[in-house]
Amino acid sequence: MWRFIGFRVLQSIPVLLVVITVTFFLVRIAPGGPFSSEKAVIPEVKAALEAQYRLNLPMFEQYTAYLGDLAQGDLGPSFKYPGRSVNELIAAGFPVTAELGLYALLVAISIGAVAGVIASLRPNTAQDYIPMSVAMIGICVPSLLMGPILILVFGIYLEWLPVSGWGDMPGDKILPAITLGSTYAAYIARLSRAGMLEVMSQDYIRTARAKGLPEWRVVVGHALRGGLIPVVAFLGPAFAGLLSGSFVVETIFQIPGLGRFYVQAAFNRDYTMILGATVFLATLIVVFNLLSDILAAWMNPRLRSQYGER
Amino acid sequence: MRWTCAARRTDPVLKVENLSVSFVTRMGTNKAVDDISFTVETGRITAVIGESGSGKSVACYSLLGLIPQPPGRIDGGRALFHGQDLLQMTAAELRRIRGRDIAMVFQDPMTCLNPYMTIGQQLVEPLLYHKKVSRAQARDRALELLDEVGIRDPASTIDNYPHQFSGGMRQRVMIAMALINEPELLIADEPTTALDVTIQAQILKLLATLQAKRNIGILFISHDLAVVADIADQIVVMQQGRIVETGNRDAIFRHASHPYTQKLLQAIPRGGKPVALPTSLPLVTVRNLCTSFQSGNTVVKAVDDVSFEVLRGEVLGLVGESGSGKSTIGRSLLRLVHASSGQIDFDGIDVTALQRRELKNLRRRMQFIFQDPFASLNPRMTVYDTLAEPLLLHGIETRSTVGAHVLRLMDDVGLARTFVRKYPHEFSGGQRQRIAIGRALATRPDFVVADEPVSALDVTIQAQILELMRELGREYGLTMLFISHDLSVVRQLADRIVVLYKGKIVEQAATEDLFQRPQQAYTQQLLRSIPGSTLLAADPSGTDTTLS
Repeated sequence: MWRFIGFRVLQSIPVLLVVITVTFFLVRIAPGGPFSSEKAVIPEVKAALEAQYRLNLPMFEQYTAYLGDLAQGDLGPSFKYPGRSVNELIAAGFPVTAELGLYALLVAISIGAVAGVIASLRPNTAQDYIPMSVAMIGICVPSLLMGPILILVFGIYLEWLPVSGWGDMPGDKILPAITLGSTYAAYIARLSRAGMLEVMSQDYIRTARAKGLPEWRVVVGHALRGGLIPVVAFLGPAFAGLLSGSFVVETIFQIPGLGRFYVQAAFNRDYTMILGATVFLATLIVVFNLLSDILAAWMNPRLRSQYGER
Repeated sequence: MRWTCAARRTDPVLKVENLSVSFVTRMGTNKAVDDISFTVETGRITAVIGESGSGKSVACYSLLGLIPQPPGRIDGGRALFHGQDLLQMTAAELRRIRGRDIAMVFQDPMTCLNPYMTIGQQLVEPLLYHKKVSRAQARDRALELLDEVGIRDPASTIDNYPHQFSGGMRQRVMIAMALINEPELLIADEPTTALDVTIQAQILKLLATLQAKRNIGILFISHDLAVVADIADQIVVMQQGRIVETGNRDAIFRHASHPYTQKLLQAIPRGGKPVALPTSLPLVTVRNLCTSFQSGNTVVKAVDDVSFEVLRGEVLGLVGESGSGKSTIGRSLLRLVHASSGQIDFDGIDVTALQRRELKNLRRRMQFIFQDPFASLNPRMTVYDTLAEPLLLHGIETRSTVGAHVLRLMDDVGLARTFVRKYPHEFSGGQRQRIAIGRALATRPDFVVADEPVSALDVTIQAQILELMRELGREYGLTMLFISHDLSVVRQLADRIVVLYKGKIVEQAATEDLFQRPQQAYTQQLLRSIPGSTLLAADPSGTDTTLS
């Protein structure tokens, strides 16, 4: 088991290195710079600023210097928020984004898995078509559209829920979580339907029925575990996707999360902020992928004993 | 409600009358079971025999409501279990009977146990659900039964998962699971078909013992008459959904009247091929072959210092149980796996020392026929593509000339030319194996390794494929290594036989010598495992007529 984890961690180092390198040079190649939008800066001030942020060095030296800082966990100072480091900005925005992502994931699992399992029990009937069509809509409607629709219906017409904010009013976390989670709910529904269909056609399900078990026990006791393994394997990438893809929802609902900093940083050419957020999110994606792989392997006794021996 | 002992002894436990089942699909209605009647008596074994698709499994599954409805539909008939009609019961009533009064054992113990649950969890389930017992009591009962079905040290293995058991052991677990509620009727659907002959013999013996001890009725479904020869009391022969013949065992084996039953009897591998004296020089020479695999930190010696020769034009049989290393040897010869040490000489070429390019030329002259024609054919390639590929790859034909060659191959392996554009899933198992044979012979190889080419097939189909291989072997002048776990199959094709056990050669001899005068205890045990050997040996008329 530890060998497997150690191997995967080592594998992820070159991945992260590539991400850092590509992002580093890409943002610098992009036209404009962090200080070019401000009008009429005295050349001496500009030179001083550039020296402060090491922009006067040749690009490769900037790169090696950045890697050196990164190795010590220092993501550097922000270009746009003078006096604040990228580490601080991420620390401020991430908890909000993580909380939003977690709620969205719960929404996605509870809606998705239930819909998928229900659909799989009577394939190619209304019980299958209706939840799956709804799931398809969930995939097709982007949160850009889903958010405003939910705001209109539940916030403005029905006046049940607040339309924006985070933690300011009771219930203001519900709509963002649903908006963000709905796309993933749809994917999870499709995955769990496919997984359950696969498992329900296995011989051991027939064995379970031959024992005289009622159908719900066959489904819950025998089929669910194998059927939901693909969903578990997807949870890691899904959570990482929720974290990195939350900026639209954060913008729609005025949530002070990491996503908004990230997008603003891109517009502002805040080099260190873009890089820092990218490195941070890439690391999270790697970690969550690893976690869900471990969990999925753990759920399969055959793989578990295979890795357990080593 | 329980029945009195007196009633149990006299009643047939199951009486099926005029059962008809059909499948309704968009393509039309297909009568799978057509007006069949049979009985299973307490303490007796009734065997239902038929090929795949004969409706034997559908008939038995429909009794317990285990066929999907729709598309399945029970058209009529009665199935009286102690006077109650199973076919009229509600789903809930049937559930109370399933696993309590009527239990089932299925064909493939590899797939019929839930891989995500320990065998202990699965064993106690029927008991907990049907009877009022505590978990601890259920577990104790499960331990007793595991011991009874011959699982060594149940206390420490009960919490293991199915993959930690061998095929034979899993089938024992399945049997224990079926018996845990002491049912009155056991339906066993091909319970030994997926197993090696030696394991099959053990499981059959176990079933007979348990049945006699408990005095239960068994409905035994099989495609192979030989398997039930030793245990069945009553035999029902089914073909295309109908019963063509019913009778007690002796009547069926000695005086079968229906042509189909006679065909099934003839399909039982018996006797050997006429002895052709191999006089020539060896084509393949294997010297001190060792092949080991790394599994975790342990090294498993699959093949341990094996030496033998395959003479030009002969068929050498390689016989052994699963794990004896027989497949590994076959694969080593073609360099599909790497030999750890030793020499393989093919017509003067040292196979173990070849480079990649030279290997390609060699593979034109050495071909492989795999066991499972379902898995070994690419499902996305038509027959045409499958057969044309080796011809084009080795430059034997060009794109413009390959068509005629493919059609000739189709003729050779006995497939209609019209099938050439079809995909593997449109064929039956036997037809697929014909395709696989055609692919292997396309390059006109000198040497073919056939790894269990018929063990996934019904006996009747098996007989046809063996016949085809015999004919083609003659026609193409093939030298063949024929690998199988089943001595009776090997006997029909092989000139000489090598017996393997745990990676080592136990015995090698000319085929009939081996059968008449086996020298080693292990070979004798293998010979005894051949299903129906005692019954069929007692019938001297059957020995020579079939295959001369």
